Amino acid sequence: MRFSTLLKNPAEWMRTSGPRNDIVITSRVRLARNLRGHPFPGWAEQGARKDVMNIVRPVLEELGEMKNAFSEEMTDLSAIEKQVLVERHLVSREHAAKGPGCATVMNRNQTISIMVNEEDHLRMQSIRPGLQLLSAFKSLNTIDTDLDKDLNYAFDSRYGYLTACPTNLGTGMRASAMLHLPGLVLSEKINETIQGANRIGLAVRGLYGEGTEAMANLFQISNQTTLGTSEEDVIVHLGKVIDSVIENEQNARLKMLEERATMMQDQIGRAYAILKYAHIIPSKEALNCLSMIRLGCDLGFFAEDDRETINILLTEIQPAHLQISAKRKLTPEERDSLRAEIVSSKLKGLTPPDFGSIITDSNNNDEV
Amino acid sequence: MKCDANCDWGEDASIFFSYIENSKVIKVNLCKYCANEKGVDDPTGYSLIDLMQGMGEETSSGKKDKKKGELTCQECGFTQSDFKKTGRFGCANCYEVFNEGLESLLEAMHKNTEHTGKVPSFVHDTSSVDSLSEIADFEKPAEFAFDELKLVDAGDELVEGDTGISALRDKLDIAISEEDYEEAARLRDEIAKLESEKAEEG
Repeated sequence: MRFSTLLKNPAEWMRTSGPRNDIVITSRVRLARNLRGHPFPGWAEQGARKDVMNIVRPVLEELGEMKNAFSEEMTDLSAIEKQVLVERHLVSREHAAKGPGCATVMNRNQTISIMVNEEDHLRMQSIRPGLQLLSAFKSLNTIDTDLDKDLNYAFDSRYGYLTACPTNLGTGMRASAMLHLPGLVLSEKINETIQGANRIGLAVRGLYGEGTEAMANLFQISNQTTLGTSEEDVIVHLGKVIDSVIENEQNARLKMLEERATMMQDQIGRAYAILKYAHIIPSKEALNCLSMIRLGCDLGFFAEDDRETINILLTEIQPAHLQISAKRKLTPEERDSLRAEIVSSKLKGLTPPDFGSIITDSNNNDEV
Repeated sequence: MKCDANCDWGEDASIFFSYIENSKVIKVNLCKYCANEKGVDDPTGYSLIDLMQGMGEETSSGKKDKKKGELTCQECGFTQSDFKKTGRFGCANCYEVFNEGLESLLEAMHKNTEHTGKVPSFVHDTSSVDSLSEIADFEKPAEFAFDELKLVDAGDELVEGDTGISALRDKLDIAISEEDYEEAARLRDEIAKLESEKAEEG
């Protein structure tokens, strides 16, 4: 599969939906694996990295799942092409910066992507729409079991799968879900949620990694430890925590509809106006407005079908996607105006929010 | 003030730093997103400075000036100070070479210091096992029986025959659902303790 084909088709998670898709955008599972007898990528000289790539790549391409796969060495991709893969969550930022001996192999519908020589020899990822951690894990586990027949994995009976960084030792598995939590953010409950999750050994990050203010009210929640807990336990535990976060988010939304309906209408109405009529719009503003429209879809103020457009836009308005669609490098100012153009044209059919269903009573005292 | 990274977050620069290159002071202003992306706020990594100076792979010099007498992995030439610098190991063999002190590091990082979970197929094929002498004690079933476990509705089925831990897990689930995270943390630690005791006995 060529890069242009990959580009034309949005990733499967962007166009299909899954369980609890109103709040859970995607579920991802990744496994880290290394080969015995070869230095880890970060320590290996270029020649040794290439050796590993030459052993691993043919085996990956032979997998049933990888029929007509996309398979490229990172040096064969342009900077913008690599950035597109990052924006689609198909490769990590670190991997996009890698040189000779590093490759990416992924299946046609972009549900499985395997980075060769990222921090570990193999970083395999499975991504699904909605809350599907278990099925994401199962599909990846099958691939891992297949690979195990042909590759001599570095494994120790005490420490499990050996990884470059000891934080991934054991299962080498990181399971995560991307959650859309505007209710908890608007009602200022989000910090409690994050701290609570941290206290029980889970990590919560913004869309762009640790420490960032969450963009578009999106948060990734994932397991932090990999040694001493089995894959199934991690997934069950994480799933339960996510269930309770979903419940809290729903309660927060309902509570706000009851107590602060005008504020909600204002936020969603403003977002609608900005996205429809702005001529210059920076990433952050666009993402936050799209988040409000998505919330509007969930609450029935917009048609259910509009959610898919929003999902696709969340990715397509990012810098590399914009530059690919413009077919040239753009200055930040040019990007902001192209972004506004794309958003308003994609949202042409979006009718104004219908707030008819909100019962506004006279006791509605907003504190804003 | 604008961010120097040519980004389009539309955010003013809020992280300012200077570095010296060829005895000239260079000032860089970044917005918080770019600063985070480039690892500027990460005290362990000066990746941005490397990036801007075009230094690329910082480890190449480390390989040359290896200190004499320092513990070194014979397979890949990795040293203790390399680990201190990078927080990563050089190859699978390093885990044996630098085993001393590893345990306490892992204790701080993980719930336990012994692997529970999937095992590669060669582990069951005893003919190919050499360094893994403890295989006989390995209690995992021959096939990774993930599919057979009814995962969706069954936290307790996963812990067979260990009512103590399973009861604690039930309590943990309740504590989580009630958002009593302090209690949950306490239960988590208790479970981890019991599990490690169990592992030692077994």
